[in-house]
Amino acid sequence: MEAVQLLLQGFAVLLTWKILTMMLIGLVLGIFVGVLPGLGGPNGVAILLPLTFTMDPTTAIVMLSCIYWGALFGGAITSILFNIPGEAWSVATTFDGYPMAQQGKAAEALTAAFTSSFIGSLVAVLLITFLAPRIASFALKFGPPEFFAVYLLTFCSFVGLGREAKHKTVISMVLGLLLAAVGMDTVSGQLRMTFGFDPLLRGVNFLVAVIGLFGISEILLTMEERLALRGHAAAISLRVVLKVWKEMPRYWVTLLRSSAIGCWLGITPGGAIAASFMGYNLAKRFSKDPGSFGKGRIEGVFAPETAAHASGTAALLPMLALGIPGSGTAAILLGGLMVWGLNPGPLLFVEHKDFVWGLIASMYLGNVVGLVIVLTTVPIFAAVLRVPFAAVAPMIVVSCAIGAYAIQNAMFDVWLMLLFGVVGYVFKKVGIPLAPFTLALVLGNRSEDAFRLSMIGAGGDLRVFWSNGLVGSITTLAIILLFWPLIGRIAEGARRMVRPART
Amino acid sequence: MRRDFSTPAMPSPEAEIVVGDPTAPASQSPAVATARTVEIVVYVLLLALALVLGFDNWRSGAGWAKDGPQSGYLPFYLCIILAGASLFGLGLAVVKRSEEAKTFVNRDQLRRVLQVFVPTFLFCVLMQWLGIYAASFLLIAGFMRFVGRIAWWKSLLTAFLFTLVMFVTFDIAFDVIMPKGPIEALFGR
Repeated sequence: MEAVQLLLQGFAVLLTWKILTMMLIGLVLGIFVGVLPGLGGPNGVAILLPLTFTMDPTTAIVMLSCIYWGALFGGAITSILFNIPGEAWSVATTFDGYPMAQQGKAAEALTAAFTSSFIGSLVAVLLITFLAPRIASFALKFGPPEFFAVYLLTFCSFVGLGREAKHKTVISMVLGLLLAAVGMDTVSGQLRMTFGFDPLLRGVNFLVAVIGLFGISEILLTMEERLALRGHAAAISLRVVLKVWKEMPRYWVTLLRSSAIGCWLGITPGGAIAASFMGYNLAKRFSKDPGSFGKGRIEGVFAPETAAHASGTAALLPMLALGIPGSGTAAILLGGLMVWGLNPGPLLFVEHKDFVWGLIASMYLGNVVGLVIVLTTVPIFAAVLRVPFAAVAPMIVVSCAIGAYAIQNAMFDVWLMLLFGVVGYVFKKVGIPLAPFTLALVLGNRSEDAFRLSMIGAGGDLRVFWSNGLVGSITTLAIILLFWPLIGRIAEGARRMVRPART
Repeated sequence: MRRDFSTPAMPSPEAEIVVGDPTAPASQSPAVATARTVEIVVYVLLLALALVLGFDNWRSGAGWAKDGPQSGYLPFYLCIILAGASLFGLGLAVVKRSEEAKTFVNRDQLRRVLQVFVPTFLFCVLMQWLGIYAASFLLIAGFMRFVGRIAWWKSLLTAFLFTLVMFVTFDIAFDVIMPKGPIEALFGR
């Protein structure tokens, strides 16, 4: 069991006062971010990323991933107590969580949510521990064509499997790829799309775009809404925790099913949102008493929370093993890796063992510590919602500006952030998804390099993408996924043509 | 986002958290723009962007050299895809019947959005002369006082404390370089 040994080494890396303190700070900040209206996982990580620039990479990623776990935990608090899902993937948690709170069972619902998130994350982390190194060592044999095929697969599956209108996903993705290409061309050294404007020489920084798109635009969107809240205060006692934990083994099928759904959808770009709904719906369908769902059934909290967190965690697997983020937040963490001078991808497991296993170990530790923190301090965090948004909003704006400036010490980036804030606001309201844009912007240069290196290697022959079984099947799968909706429609049409003939 | 506040059974009144929002935008406020109009504008802008960038890439070489694509090759074709998708979206938006058009933003909402956007813009402008810390003090204090209608002393105190924490964290503890102005110079930092 090599993985176990490496994991223990990872724990050894973690157990210093400095890292443990940063973990704790990260978790608390994360829960804050998750509870505050208008902020969530990706926004929180993006805004707080600059804090970590001066740290060493291991401390930095541990702190950032703890912010992420914290935000995941925090999202459940507002969903259950206030019926306000902090994130889209907490929507399904409100279905049964809020009715439970109304019946005076808020503590039970919160305990159920926190514990099941913990279980979901744990399953996903176990998967990462044992699967990621294998995938990475397999991917070490990849050359540029294989990598390009994998990137293509990621892009195509986003377009083909995404739920948004296809042309909007395409626009978002192509825009991200184009912006990634601005600046110096890495292969030929030629300048592209700079129009003689000096600040553009360095290109559009990924993190600046993300801070604008997720931070600033989210503030604008939140201000638009009615900010009044009304909800329940709750404290969790040890008695309630033990009671819920005693009840939990009864729902092992739901927990297992939701974890599996979450892991699967997290690794593929289906995402936590789809996972939480699927977890909830399947639990309802297989239940003996589906009518009781939506009226405060504890299983209705277990199912979506487990799935959402398994998915949110599993999204880090492709990021670590292949350098391909499975979610928006993973994309931002990936951007962070590049800032610290690490090259995400399979080589990470060879060249930066301490870093990778430290991160994986921190997922275990962060989730345990996070669970303890949220269980004991819920009343404090629920009270955070009493802070008026008029005080929170300018602080977030300041944090965003500090973040955007700190990346390259450039005032231009602050203006760019503001521009992306407006773009993000308009895009979200028009229904152009931001996740493909983020993904494309972070992967743009790497996929173009992979494409051009394989072209140089093959003398400009496109058949290189079908030159062996592996790369050929990935490329073919990518193209099938791209046209998946079309294929589905044709199959449906064919079935309809056949059926009337039979009957 | 589903917000349902019709709560029939409250366990006890003190176990409740209530936060009011006196300046909330009214939902029946007149529309400033419909989603359809904005969509059309967005697609036209994207189309223009695609044309401008596409032209630039074509100029820098969008052909296929002996050893593979030239530097403008991929971006050029990306521009074509962008233009195509924008045209498709534009067509859909134009054809869509206007009766079913949703409101993009109503007047009250726009007012609130501008209430954040304009101060943020001024903050970015001021940041260049006053430094980020002084500008953020002004932004937070001003925003809390004039937009949030929070008492002067609370606004000033919060702004001061937050700015101080930021200064200590970034300037003293982590040595992150930030734009500074005359006030920091007074303290010799």
